[in-house]
Amino acid sequence: MKESSVLKVLIADDTDSDRLILESIVKKEGHITISVANGVQAVEAYEAEHPDIVLMDALMPELDGFGAARQIKALAGEELVPIIFLTSLNDAESLVKCLDAGGDDFLSKPYNRFILQAKIKAFSRMRDMNITMQDQRDQISVYNNQLLQEQSVAKHVFDNIAHTGCLDASNVNYLLSPLAVFNGDIIVAAMRPSGGMLVLLGDFTGHGLPAAIGAMPLASVFYGMVQKGFSMVDILREINQKLKQILPLGVFCCAGMVDFDFTKKRVKIWNGGLPDCFIYHAESKELQMVKSTHLPLGVLDDNSFNDDYETVEMLDGDRLFVWSDGIIESRNKNDEMFGEDRLKNIFTNNEYPDGLFESIVDNVQLFLGMESRDDDVSMIELKMVPQDSVITKAKNLVHNRSVGLVEWAMTLELEPSTFRIFDPLPLLLNILVEVPGLRRYSGELYSILAELYSNALEHGVLALDSSWKQSGEGFSKYYEERESRLAQLIDGFVHIHLSHKIDDSGGKLLIRMTDSGDGFDVAGTPSELLANNVMNSGRGIPLVKSVCESVEYNSIGNQVDAIFVWQEE
Amino acid sequence: MPEAVDLDTLTMLKDIMEDEFDLLIETFIDDAKVRIPQLKKQLAEGEHDELMRNAHSLKGSSSNLGAIPFSEKCMKVESQAKEGNLNGLEGALSDIEQEFNLVESALKELI
Repeated sequence: MKESSVLKVLIADDTDSDRLILESIVKKEGHITISVANGVQAVEAYEAEHPDIVLMDALMPELDGFGAARQIKALAGEELVPIIFLTSLNDAESLVKCLDAGGDDFLSKPYNRFILQAKIKAFSRMRDMNITMQDQRDQISVYNNQLLQEQSVAKHVFDNIAHTGCLDASNVNYLLSPLAVFNGDIIVAAMRPSGGMLVLLGDFTGHGLPAAIGAMPLASVFYGMVQKGFSMVDILREINQKLKQILPLGVFCCAGMVDFDFTKKRVKIWNGGLPDCFIYHAESKELQMVKSTHLPLGVLDDNSFNDDYETVEMLDGDRLFVWSDGIIESRNKNDEMFGEDRLKNIFTNNEYPDGLFESIVDNVQLFLGMESRDDDVSMIELKMVPQDSVITKAKNLVHNRSVGLVEWAMTLELEPSTFRIFDPLPLLLNILVEVPGLRRYSGELYSILAELYSNALEHGVLALDSSWKQSGEGFSKYYEERESRLAQLIDGFVHIHLSHKIDDSGGKLLIRMTDSGDGFDVAGTPSELLANNVMNSGRGIPLVKSVCESVEYNSIGNQVDAIFVWQEE
Repeated sequence: MPEAVDLDTLTMLKDIMEDEFDLLIETFIDDAKVRIPQLKKQLAEGEHDELMRNAHSLKGSSSNLGAIPFSEKCMKVESQAKEGNLNGLEGALSDIEQEFNLVESALKELI
């Protein structure tokens, strides 16, 4: 370091001969000297020359050494400027006065060359160390600012990804710390093209950047796949696989995923490592739990991953709660945990279901006391409501690419081995939303494809009789048959032909499904019966007709043409 | 009776000062020749602060040149002036004057 370097030494002494001796001693060591004869000159020289070390006589005319030392120390601020008092004062009182004035050491007369040289060396080292320490402190402060800035950029990017969803929906309440991404907590929610809602609450192991890293691909996969119509199971598997692939060993994501169907009043719940999810049935005031039966996401490879979920019926007004372990594991200052019993009591004592969410938050806060912060608590409440009443500002992700598919046609032929394992709908929807004008209609397109494909497969290829579905008994028979016929199927196909043309005002999409079945007596089926969907139960064909310009069967009834027309915005 | 100047100290000083040794000696003698009359004046006028500081400076610079008896005489004046007691210092000042003559001639032999 600077040990061998040349120091600038300020010598303040009013006796000419003493000053001469000091100058000689200091110069012998190769340093530079600045000499002055009183305290006022010493302060001026300090300001002008910024010496590294000061040798200061105590008693001097004008301003004495004590006063000069005080001023120099004040001017130096954080910088360490060692001041060595030159004195033949030997009484304790005077020495204390030197120290009080900011003196760092003494040198008594008669001067000893070796002692002075040793002192200068020691203080020079101390000064170097001090400079190093301050540099490092400044460096740390720079790094810290940089880190905070990086975090805020990361959070901004993350918020852009994570907040494209429908957490604002009218039936959703949630609690998530503003810096949750760095606590490893994440909540994502999105409307499915078919109208349902998918929600995932995740809690990554660890804190800070390692925990935040996993949240990005999770959110990105989630929103990308929901929009394209993938099922909960497909999305779970993809997220699990992606996390398994990217996260280091020991980092994983406890997660709960929920598929909320507002039409069927049915909820699918997959819980991997989170505390029990609660379902509060408004009418009966009963509490139903959904336990974690799986390992967290990012632990198992795809083959070992278990996607079994629980299905729960929920009436309008029923509420589902999913939370991280932050709530029940919250500890107060006596190191007590909030615990599941306290949580259950909130439900038992509740008289006003709309206030449940607030009540839980308040109770946890009260338990923790004022000084604690609830940064680690993440939870979401989902209320079952009629489909029409779900209001959200969320739009389908807007693709800004101006290019996409324009005029094109394609045919996909599916054969028995494929029927059994592959759901072609996400693939098809994926292609369709490449047409810029069709993106807005992904929900409608999904419904059309889903209906036509299940008709072609179930009634065409598998020749299942839709009238079975009229009765409850028949309903389960229908699905048993479906499974067994699918398993035994050797021959058969479904052709899906899509072709798209544009015109002045928008475009026209033809969806043609042809199946290997025997068809049905189109001519013999009165058109009003067709319209009322004799051949299929459920919403079925009437729904397709309501969104398409036309839906027509060929004469033998094994091919249907649905024409969907869209207008430029 | 100790020597007026300690030769070991002066040998070491010569080693440090090299070419400037003569200058050092002359500077000391010139400085003392200014200060000693000042001491008398300050005593006569009862300025014990100035007297004390002046004696202090002489004490320090003479000790650096190994003029130990001279330095001790200055110290006596300094401490008495510090206490504010100037009684009987006239004698001490003439001791200083006499001692300085010894110091001066001893030092001049070295240059």
